[in-house]
Amino acid sequence: MRTNRVFAATALVAALGLTVAACGGSDNKSSGSGGSTGGSDKGVTLTYWASNQGTSLDNDKQVLTPELKKFEQQTGIKVKLEVIGWPDLLNRILAATTSGQGPDILNIGNTWSASLQATGALLPFNDANFTAIGGKDRFAPAAIASAGAAGQDPAAVPIYSMAYGLYYNKQMFKDAGIANPPATWDELVADAKKLTTGGKYGLAVEGGNGTESIHHAFVLAKQRGSDWFDASGKATFDTPANVEAVKSYVDFIAKDKIAAKGDAEYAQNQTITDFATGKAAMMMWQSAATSIKAHGMNPDQYGVAPVPTLTAGATGDAGVTSMVAGINLAVFKNTKHQDAALKFVKFMTSTDEQKILNSTYGSLPPVKEAQSDPAFQTPDLKVLAQVLSTSAAPLPQVANESQFETLVGTAIKDLFADAAAGKSITTDSVKAALTKAQQQMPAS
Amino acid sequence: MTATAPPRSTPEAGPSSGKSAGRGRLRPRVPDRLRRIGLPYLLLFPALILELLIHLIPMVVGVVISFKGLTQFFIRDWGSAPWTGLGNYRLAVKFNQPVGEALLHSFWVTVFFTILSVGFSWLIGTAAAILMQDTFRGRAVLRAIFLVPYALPVYAAVITWTFMFQQDTGLVNHVLHDQLHLTSDKPFWLIGPNSFWALVIVSVWKSWPFAFLCLMAGLQNIPRELYEAAAMDGAGVWQQIRKITMPSLRPVNQVLVLVLFLWTFNDFNTPYVMFGQSAPHAADLISIHIYQSSFITWNFGSGSAMSVLLLLFLLLVTAIYLLFTSRKGEPDA
Repeated sequence: MRTNRVFAATALVAALGLTVAACGGSDNKSSGSGGSTGGSDKGVTLTYWASNQGTSLDNDKQVLTPELKKFEQQTGIKVKLEVIGWPDLLNRILAATTSGQGPDILNIGNTWSASLQATGALLPFNDANFTAIGGKDRFAPAAIASAGAAGQDPAAVPIYSMAYGLYYNKQMFKDAGIANPPATWDELVADAKKLTTGGKYGLAVEGGNGTESIHHAFVLAKQRGSDWFDASGKATFDTPANVEAVKSYVDFIAKDKIAAKGDAEYAQNQTITDFATGKAAMMMWQSAATSIKAHGMNPDQYGVAPVPTLTAGATGDAGVTSMVAGINLAVFKNTKHQDAALKFVKFMTSTDEQKILNSTYGSLPPVKEAQSDPAFQTPDLKVLAQVLSTSAAPLPQVANESQFETLVGTAIKDLFADAAAGKSITTDSVKAALTKAQQQMPAS
Repeated sequence: MTATAPPRSTPEAGPSSGKSAGRGRLRPRVPDRLRRIGLPYLLLFPALILELLIHLIPMVVGVVISFKGLTQFFIRDWGSAPWTGLGNYRLAVKFNQPVGEALLHSFWVTVFFTILSVGFSWLIGTAAAILMQDTFRGRAVLRAIFLVPYALPVYAAVITWTFMFQQDTGLVNHVLHDQLHLTSDKPFWLIGPNSFWALVIVSVWKSWPFAFLCLMAGLQNIPRELYEAAAMDGAGVWQQIRKITMPSLRPVNQVLVLVLFLWTFNDFNTPYVMFGQSAPHAADLISIHIYQSSFITWNFGSGSAMSVLLLLFLLLVTAIYLLFTSRKGEPDA
């Protein structure tokens, strides 16, 4: 009887061991059956991690699958698609970087470019690689600027571009007797106060979403001539201009009371819902057309204008109204199929594919040639395209960018929570929060 | 405790009766000496290997990382990260500076959270288990309902709670404010100071059924005769609970409280699902705090150092706890 148990135990252990081994091995092989890099790419299977751009992960699969089939017909290269939600994407990329067993091609949020570039896991797009995908000149310069640190070869190429605009409800503006969308922040606050009546608010903000707040804080600081990092890449979070920028944003709830206190809790796009259902008259958002429509608001019911500036008609840094938002396409450096991967990048950034994908997702093509397509000539997209080409600046492309997003984002989130709870938001309290965030930045 | 076990172990080898042929053939060949000395170690060997692979090696790696300045620059080859000696630890325990201050804050939040959550879970679990001892109509149904929170997937359950806790449209404020008029304004539950209480409520809701289950099993081992005798002697219900039930449940409670403490102290799922990657200040549990340090701000060395400190603290607490609860003379649990 005892030996029977020995057998049972050994069998169990052996089985477990096999499972463990199988798990370890399977990832390795997912990125290609052929194994040889030389010669034809036919029969090669690439793995593509796509980020969530559509209304759901399944929606993304439906959008992308026919395009990948098209690529397979053209080149004989198969693509295995995996759509990954935003909350998981960065961790999955990190895990792939550590283990060296990742996809061949992947999507990254363009604000992460420099951070991920610093890991050395992404294939640099040097001249040769740019030539392989049709040339660097095909892309909008602002989009390329958000694909890696200045002075280095980009770590990725842009695939979808977005920009922030001020969305406003035409009917609510008309009812309040406001003729034009506000061009300065003072006008915005004045207009929004007129619009804040009877349970409706002038503006909706996504107060509980740190990443979203970072984008606004960046623009507000830029308009005051301030940045979040100095030239050497060191954090400068608590400069007076940055403090003022953050305070003016949190004051929409704290002092001006033009946004609902409940907005401090918003982190799941409730802002769009409030705007589309008429609970708020304005919002600052990037490429929201598809989502607004999903909530039943028609494109002719709202207008899009550039985000306000401190003074009307400001130019240069003072005239920055948006960060360069978007998604980049990167190739994992240790892919066994670099040629095939570059072919795939070339395909996805080809003018035809750019038109199809960006018009489906409601984003803008970073490829210049595709921008003139009628699909991108709607009134709202024209404004956003204009913003992107004239008044958008990339977020700081420094290695510690992702830490900046978390630490300052969390600080703003907490300030909004304080404001909603009725605590007074002062220059000192904002400065204290930003100083603390700065001191928590890891030394680099 | 296990009065029924011995007779069962001999006649039938429970798990795998299918291999009875092999058993019959091999049994006589095992030499006595091997059976006496080698066999226990042989049996331990596979478990030892797995323990090494699954627990010990990753733990050692974690400790090694805590002495390194591991950031995104080195994660592709973490061995090449520079040694920082005790730098990460020194930073973590400088309580007058932001990193240490934040860690200490989240430590205290976690301590209060754990005490409240374990305390309430245990109280509710005990009360429910005692009440469920008597047979009455619908007992089985009620028991099954009690176990629902334990059986539900954490994510689904907690996300439902976050919907209920929403300030504007949530059920909690609807009941508190609109129906019972207990509050003058709709309070926030997911941001600000109340988030701590929201977290405690969800945690208790999630873990009391486990206490209930364990204690119910424990109660079934107490002989009925004790209560009958006590009742004859004129002891009331309260006295019976104090003099019979509680002392008899002591071994179960010892394990239960320790397990609940460790689970609650390390709970990651609940705050992560409720608050996302960064929790409100008032509800910044240490697990989320370390996660944020390691994986969101990409400072793996510092995160590892905090983890090691946490591990040492939990080991210390567990050791003290076991020292006090397991009396001498009794075989260890």
